[in-house]
Order: sequence, then structure tokens, then C-alpha cells
Amino acid sequence: MENYLTLLSFGDQGWGDEIAWGVMITVSLALATLPIGLFIGFMIALGKQSEEWTLRIAAEIYTTLFRGLPELLTLFIVYYGLQIGIQQLLKLLGLDSAVEINSFMAGAMSLALVFSSYASEVFLSAFRAIPKGQYEGGYALGLRRGTVMRMVVLPQLIRIALPGLGNLWMILLKDTALVSAIGLTDILRQTGVAARVTKEAFLFFGIAFLLYLALALISSVALNRIEAYGKRGEQSR
Amino acid sequence: MSEVTHTLVPAQPAPAPPPKAWTASRISGSLLMLLWIAAAIGLVAYLYSAWDIDKVERYAPKYRDGLIVTLTLVSLSIVIGAIVSVPVAIGRMSNNPVISRLAFAYVYIFRGTPLIAQLFLIYYGLGSFRPQLEAVGLWVFFRDAWNCALFAFTLNTAAYQAEILRGAVESVPRGQWEGAAALGLNRVQTIWKIILPQALIVALRPYGNEIILMLKGSAIVALVTVFDLMGETRRAFSRTYDFQMYIWAAVFYFVMVETLRNVWNWLEAGLTRHLKR
Repeated sequence: MENYLTLLSFGDQGWGDEIAWGVMITVSLALATLPIGLFIGFMIALGKQSEEWTLRIAAEIYTTLFRGLPELLTLFIVYYGLQIGIQQLLKLLGLDSAVEINSFMAGAMSLALVFSSYASEVFLSAFRAIPKGQYEGGYALGLRRGTVMRMVVLPQLIRIALPGLGNLWMILLKDTALVSAIGLTDILRQTGVAARVTKEAFLFFGIAFLLYLALALISSVALNRIEAYGKRGEQSR
Repeated sequence: MSEVTHTLVPAQPAPAPPPKAWTASRISGSLLMLLWIAAAIGLVAYLYSAWDIDKVERYAPKYRDGLIVTLTLVSLSIVIGAIVSVPVAIGRMSNNPVISRLAFAYVYIFRGTPLIAQLFLIYYGLGSFRPQLEAVGLWVFFRDAWNCALFAFTLNTAAYQAEILRGAVESVPRGQWEGAAALGLNRVQTIWKIILPQALIVALRPYGNEIILMLKGSAIVALVTVFDLMGETRRAFSRTYDFQMYIWAAVFYFVMVETLRNVWNWLEAGLTRHLKR
């Protein structure tokens, strides 16, 4: 027992500080991916309900593609593909140097690709839940298209989309564990290193497991709060 | 009065439709379509130029073996998971608080953590208990990465499938149970002939999604030295440093997922045609 406490302490002897750093990386990766994924997902949802058939098809191709590939494969393709692509580009320009893509960037990009393609479906079904009269009422008041979207549709849209987006956040949090495969020092990577060095695999992978569970618990509490905040207008009625 | 003309204006052809304006959405849509078309042409051109008969001869059989490993692993874990999910779902709906909480904890734990963390915990973590596992004779099973992957996937998908099953059974209205009871059907008959046929229709779509998620999620077994499609791809890439290896894997996974999705849609359309008007 003493031994385990030393192993988990913060400092030279223990792995506590390394694992805490891993938690920080995992959470910041998820938080960095979220706004990018939400923005792209929203744009794709707008494209999917456009009157222009080219825009609709282009958006459909995007979601079909990134929902049809395993997340791990998307990650590898972005990570190695960007590296090789940039190297080729530099070679064309006459420069010859080894390029290393930041694995945090590659991780955030590929997670955003996957997240946005799922998020676009959530946004799309939320858009369909908003009656046409909301737009028409806005135009009748003389509001511009952008203003109607921002002031009339978006506040209702977010409220409808929140449960779906909450689910996607949980999935995103779990998907961040994959970036350990490209060497980013997240929870799973750090505990894996600790397990290999100390030969206490069950202890450290068990801790990784519990940390992910704790993150999921915290997220679900926070999401419930946000949903309750979004519904505060409905409850009083 | 006499000024009124009695000649009518002869019929005119409809005016030509105004030229379609180049709105912002039309421009961006065309640009994006051009981008996708260029990407598709680039992909085909790349795969054509990178085509190397030596590599094909060496790696095509390996990809096929990897594909078989992936499909076996996914189908076995889905089927065993479906069997395991039944008692879990019953436990979730149980009135006994101990049983229902235990089932809820199981479902929550396996749905709240990444599959990859579960796999690592089982494959690497159980190695810490080697003496104990050897004593009960289970070490032979857990020594092998493939078995560990099957075990982890089964537990994981059982948790998801239990929720699907529970949701589907609870979506059947109470009146169906009461009607069956009023007709004097016993419990087995009620479940088998009244509840399940209606529940499984509801569960069809989530089950399809779960199979697709497992198919995609199974790629992570490559990280614990199982040579599935992803594992073979990684091995081929590390030997050749040729990027087309990953592209081919992407093509295979994409074709598998899309086939499954379309077959499932067709199946669902067929099975629910009596519900459509």
C-alpha cells in the first residue's frame, strides 16, 4: 500500500504529476476541438439545407466520408498525410527539410473532422424542429437574414441541439484517448509509460480508467446544469 | 364606349427565365464540389501512380487476412454481446434496487470510458494478476491479445446493447402488456409474441449504428498487437513508409461501413413497410 502511494505521489518518485499533466492534455485537447468542431458542424448543417444542390451534395459527402472512417484511421491519415504532404510541397519549392507535425494539432484537427460530421446531423435535426414561421416573423419585422439567424433562430436552435451535442461531447472526450497512438502525452499515454516503467500495469491503467470515468461524470453533471439553464424559461410556465 | 378595342393581344410565349444569379451559396457550393471532384481525381490518380505489383502481391493477402480478423472479431463480439446484454437489460428494468443499480453501474462504467482504455486495462492490466489467473486456469485465455480484444469488445458492446434493448422494450406502451394480460397470455408468450416484435423494430436502427460503431472502433486492436485490417496496415506502412497503405485501408473501411449502412437501411425499410402509409 505504501508502495502504491509512493508511485502515485507528485514528485520525482511518483507518477502523480505526469498523470495530472496527461489529464490537462486530454481536457485541453477536447476543449480545443469543441469550438472548431461546432463551427464546422454548424456550417455543414447550413450547407445541407441550402437550396443549392451543389452545396447540399458537398456537405453530404463530407459527413458520409468522416462518419464512414474509423477515428483511429482518420487520425493516422491526418497525422502522416499532412507530414508527407507538407514535405512534398517543400520539395517542390526546393526546400528539403524533415517536417514534424505537432501531434496536438493533428489530433485536434482529426477529432474536429469526426466531431463536426456528427454535429452537423444534430444541428440539422434541430433546424428542422424550428417552424418556418419563426423565420417569416423575423423577416416581417424587417430583420436581415443574418440577424434573424443570430437573434431568432440560434437561441432556439441551441436549446434543441443541447442534448445531442452533450452526447457528442462525451464521445469526443472518449475519442481523445486515441491520440496516445500518435505520441501525444494524454492520460492513456502517461499511464502507459508509468505502467511499463513500474510494471504495475493494472494499477496505472485502472487509474486511467477511473480518470476517464471521473471526466465523464463531471461532464454529465455540467451538461445537466447547462440544459437546466437553457430550459429555465420553460420551467416557469 | 365605341373606343373599346375588340382585338385581343395575341398569345405571347412565356418570358425566358432570368439567368440564375451567382449568389454566395452558389459560388461556394460550386467551389466545394470542384474541390471534392479534384480530391477524388487526385486520389484515383495517386493510387494509380503508386500501384506497384510487388507490393500488391506481398500485401494484398495480408490485407485480406486482416479483413477476416476484423470481421470475425466484430461479428463474434456483437453476437456474444447481444446474449450478455439480455440479463443486463432485464437487470436495468428490475424492481429490485440492488440489481438495477448494479446493472446501471455496469452500463455507466462501460459507456463512460473509452473502449481503448478498457482494452488496455484488460490486456496489459490483467498481466499483473498472472499468478492468480494461472492458478484458476484463465491465463491461457487472457495471454492472447485477440482473446482480450474479444473480451473487452463483448463487455463494451453488451453495455450499449443493453441500453438499446431497454429503451426499445420501454418504448412499447403499457397497454400492450395489459392487453396481453387481459387475453390470458402468460409472461413468456407476452414477451415473445407481443413485446419483442414491437420493441425490436424500434431497436433496429440503434442496433445498426452499434454494429457500425463496433466495426470502426475495432481498429484500435491494432494497438495491442492484433493484426486486423488496421494492424496489417500499420505493419505494411512501417515496412514500406508508403502512404498508400493507409489510403487503401481507408477505402476498405469506408466500403464496409457504407455497405453495412445501406444494407441496414434496406432491411429496415423492408421490415417496417407495414408501418408506412
